[in-house]
Amino acid sequence: MLSNSEKHLQVRGTEINYYFICKTKLWLFSHNIQMEQESESVSMGKQLHKKSYGREKKDFTIDNLISVDFIRRGETLELHEVKKSSKMEDAHRYQLLYYMYYLKKEKGIQNIIGFIDYPKLRKKEKVELTESEEKSLEGIIEGIGQIVHGTISKPEKKKICRKCAYYEFCWV
Amino acid sequence: MKKNYYLMSDGLLKRKENTLYFVNKDGKKPIPINKIYSIYAYGSLTFSSQSVHLLAKEGIPIHFFNYYGFYDGSFYPRETLLSGDLLVKQVEHYLNPGKRLWIAKKFIEGAAGNMEKVLGYYHVQNGIGKTVKDLTLSSNVTEAMNVEARMRSEYYSKMDEILPDGFKMEGRSRRPPENMVNALISFGNSMVYSTVISEIYNTQLNPTISYLHEPFERRYSLALDLSEMFKPILVDRLIFYMVNKRMLTEDDFEQKVDYCILNDGGRKKFIKEYDERLKKTIKHRELNRKVSYRRLIRLEAYKLIKHILGTQEYKPFVMWW
Repeated sequence: MLSNSEKHLQVRGTEINYYFICKTKLWLFSHNIQMEQESESVSMGKQLHKKSYGREKKDFTIDNLISVDFIRRGETLELHEVKKSSKMEDAHRYQLLYYMYYLKKEKGIQNIIGFIDYPKLRKKEKVELTESEEKSLEGIIEGIGQIVHGTISKPEKKKICRKCAYYEFCWV
Repeated sequence: MKKNYYLMSDGLLKRKENTLYFVNKDGKKPIPINKIYSIYAYGSLTFSSQSVHLLAKEGIPIHFFNYYGFYDGSFYPRETLLSGDLLVKQVEHYLNPGKRLWIAKKFIEGAAGNMEKVLGYYHVQNGIGKTVKDLTLSSNVTEAMNVEARMRSEYYSKMDEILPDGFKMEGRSRRPPENMVNALISFGNSMVYSTVISEIYNTQLNPTISYLHEPFERRYSLALDLSEMFKPILVDRLIFYMVNKRMLTEDDFEQKVDYCILNDGGRKKFIKEYDERLKKTIKHRELNRKVSYRRLIRLEAYKLIKHILGTQEYKPFVMWW
């Protein structure tokens, strides 16, 4: 068993996101039962990502776990996540916070700030990693571990199910 | 909406930048890559490795059929949907005789239910329901297969009650089919088989690990398993429909002393109607949304995944309308 200080983070950014959206989806995704390739909203998101911020260097992928939409480097390191709507605010915010946390813990990078960009809403939101956010992230990471290593949880029908790529899988 | 492309004539498949072109004696036709679900090649097809690279990248299979219209094989692009966990569990359900038999019986029950639906539609009395009850007595897959064989011969013997004169089946003959109805069944079944392969490709299921058929029977034996339930609805009903409506006549077949197959014209007609059927939608009771017949096959794969993962017991698809 690795002690906590030696243990490397093994959680993917998407998993943080799904933790807030649906535990069943998180379990399936983490066991590589993925459906996103068929989701219209995922491909719309990809289009949005392709079409916006053309001047930036995009897709900054690290350790195959996190993939930041784009970065800007100056005195601080700016991480940017592009999202199409602000409906899933917590999911988006913690996904980005996790990226910041990851770069800080695993790569020793200080001075990071994050932005969630909503090009369609012409809005951007600044995100800062505070100590209390770090605490919550640690709880989330542990929670993800428990879900992923446990048995698959029964889906709960919510309003958002209708738009999910896993809808037919869950409810057939 | 992606669709199936059926290439009926001989020709060349080539790529220019990110578009595919099918070139035959009538000229060059673009096939937009984002629109392709699968390709069915009936003519003799020449293709470049560049076009294969593109198909692989987009995860599009090509199914090949020989001169007689029988299935030869598929270009099955590199798997991108892999789940080690699911594979292990899929194998576990094969290796455990009880678990395997349970799934195999469900597939037979599903096929039986759909056969009854087809015959029932034409008000043909039959003993399929009674025969399939014997499944409770089967303690291994071979015995279950025997029940399946009895039920199938009962089913085929009733088909002649629906078919018009001149189009009687007079028993199932395969490799080669001996008359027109047998030719249609063989041709249609190989289409369903390839359709199911495409659906399985789009899931994390491994197509070679099956329950009713033995995994060494054919390359994609899981597709054989799932085809059983869909053949009565997608093929047999289509045959009755087309034959009774005189949409197919003797001119659509190539009849020799020892075999009978569909000719080009017949194939074109049949494929057109088959494809229409795949696209036809019904309102799904559980999902409360419209799904196509083709999608029903995918849903069957999802249900199997859920059974294998232990979240929900598998219930085979039987037409409910």
